[in-house]
Amino acid sequence: MTFFLQLVVTGFAQGMVYALIAIGFVIILKCSDVFNIAQGHFVLIGGYLGWTFLVPFGLPIWAALLAAIAVAIIMGLLIERLMLRPLVGQPVLAIVMMTIALSTVLGGLATLLWGAEYKAYHGLLPTITMKIGEISIPSESLIGLIVSITCVALLMILFRYTKIGLAMRATAEDLQVVQSVGIKATTVYAASWIIASVVGVIGGILLGGVSGANMDLALIGLKAFAVVLLGGVNSIGGAIVAGIILGMLENVAAGYLDPLLPGGGLAQVFPFFVMIIVLVFRPHGLFGLAHIERV
Amino acid sequence: MRMHTGTFHENYAQEMAILSSRGQWGAVAALLVLLFVCPLFLSDHILTILTTIGIAVVSVHGLNILTGYCGQISIGHSGFMAVGGYTSAILCAKLGWPFWVALPCGALAAGIAGLLFGLPSLKIKGFYLIMATIAAQFIIIWIIIQLRSLTGGTDGLLVPKPTIAGIGLSSKTNYYYLVMVFAVLATITAHNIVRTRAGRAFIAIRDNELAAEVMGVSLWSYKLQAFFIGCIYAGAAGSLLVHYVRFASIEQFPFWDSVWYLGMLIVGGMGSTAGAIFGVVALKLLDELVTVAGPILAAAVAPQAAASLALISHGLIIIIFLIFEPRGLHHRWEMIRTYFRLWPFSHQEIE
Repeated sequence: MTFFLQLVVTGFAQGMVYALIAIGFVIILKCSDVFNIAQGHFVLIGGYLGWTFLVPFGLPIWAALLAAIAVAIIMGLLIERLMLRPLVGQPVLAIVMMTIALSTVLGGLATLLWGAEYKAYHGLLPTITMKIGEISIPSESLIGLIVSITCVALLMILFRYTKIGLAMRATAEDLQVVQSVGIKATTVYAASWIIASVVGVIGGILLGGVSGANMDLALIGLKAFAVVLLGGVNSIGGAIVAGIILGMLENVAAGYLDPLLPGGGLAQVFPFFVMIIVLVFRPHGLFGLAHIERV
Repeated sequence: MRMHTGTFHENYAQEMAILSSRGQWGAVAALLVLLFVCPLFLSDHILTILTTIGIAVVSVHGLNILTGYCGQISIGHSGFMAVGGYTSAILCAKLGWPFWVALPCGALAAGIAGLLFGLPSLKIKGFYLIMATIAAQFIIIWIIIQLRSLTGGTDGLLVPKPTIAGIGLSSKTNYYYLVMVFAVLATITAHNIVRTRAGRAFIAIRDNELAAEVMGVSLWSYKLQAFFIGCIYAGAAGSLLVHYVRFASIEQFPFWDSVWYLGMLIVGGMGSTAGAIFGVVALKLLDELVTVAGPILAAAVAPQAAASLALISHGLIIIIFLIFEPRGLHHRWEMIRTYFRLWPFSHQEIE
């Protein structure tokens, strides 16, 4: 039982990380219909930015966080203006290939600037450890939980009470109507990219503070897509719930099945099995809007 | 299809011919002769590059039918190559089958795997299908690792020297000829498949699924056909690759290869046989440039510059093509041809 609970708790930690990445993805998708494959690379850049500002620059945590957010805002703006703006109205493949190309460029930049090395900055971020009975709750899961909840709360406020937030929701609803009442869609797109890159970078800093920054941070992004699909591509709440579900399922399945399989490594492919099953049986996910098209 | 000046089509057969003028026949013949004599004066290194280009051409033709013509985007092409490669490697190494039987079996196995993973395409499209094919890539590689007794898992599998009719193919030159035969065959079949009833159905599905179904094109049948045909090409290419290296390992079929195959299609131009070849050649040459320039850059700037150069250059070339020439090199080539068709006169005289 302890083994099972430990797996569930570890899975919860993993799930919060997935959820954090998935939120950024969902925001861009809702506002501009762009599937951002590079979301995991925002996390990667965030992890390295955290190291840069905390270790070589020696900034205090709040200043490092602000500096990283400033970089993320510039990054989001540049990406939207230079790469995605010219592709408005292009087919899905062009947009997906653009974000894939973006992910390789970001990966290349990370390699160039930080040498694709492992950069640890343990102990610089506050760590929280909790123990319930025999099960220790890892710091990652608590931090992930806190950050996800804070991010979602802030986003809720943004979407409900600010002008740009309302414009973003309206754009998600109907682009033509939004343009006809004089809201600039391009501003909305830029805002969505800024939010996504900021969320990704914050996630990266927190993850880096726990486990160090390395190139593997980007791989989490690929798995987060299973979360997005399970939760429904246009539901922020769905992303969080699905992230937790998937993280737990993945760990439990790997914990019990890996000893039975010779090659192991089930945790690595488990999200993809979930992805295929979801796509075949419930393409709009748990909480997404069904897109009905009949022939 | 633009016609050459002075070429008149008088019957339907002439209208349908791929090569309509003597000049075109001559150009194609010259190209073929060049392909088949170049091992006589090229170094082994260049032959290796040309062989990998040939293998990639076979694979990308398949992806072009699936993605460029039928519109079903697949980022799992390298996984389907792995199915073909491993099947023929196992048949040769474990069962001792001859190479010329194992290769079609590998291609067929990849086609069947394509059918299986193509099933979701009946319900989903666009981004969802991309995700399903990415999942296919990772699941296939995972299954290969799991079947350790058959595939050797992560250690890989040694493949015996391929021979056809007693002729050893292990030398670079002989294998080059084999790959080129396959590349030419793949080009001819790919160009003709899209001119058949099935090919026209693929294009109809790509352009408007709803309209195609209303006109009586069976989405179910033709989408699966596209997956089957596309993955057969992938399987043949995977088999050629495995027998070329004479070793099958999962590192030969990485996820990023699947991405670059799509990148080749974008650079070359989707939905055009010539475009597929242009794209493969362009990106493979870029690869070579990076391997040459990498060490120089690493010595001049920083050791990690070489690794980042490969990533950034590939990403940038796709970004540049998507923004400035989404129709690819093939479109540029057509524009140049149109310009020179009447050169030096800018207007066509009507006789």
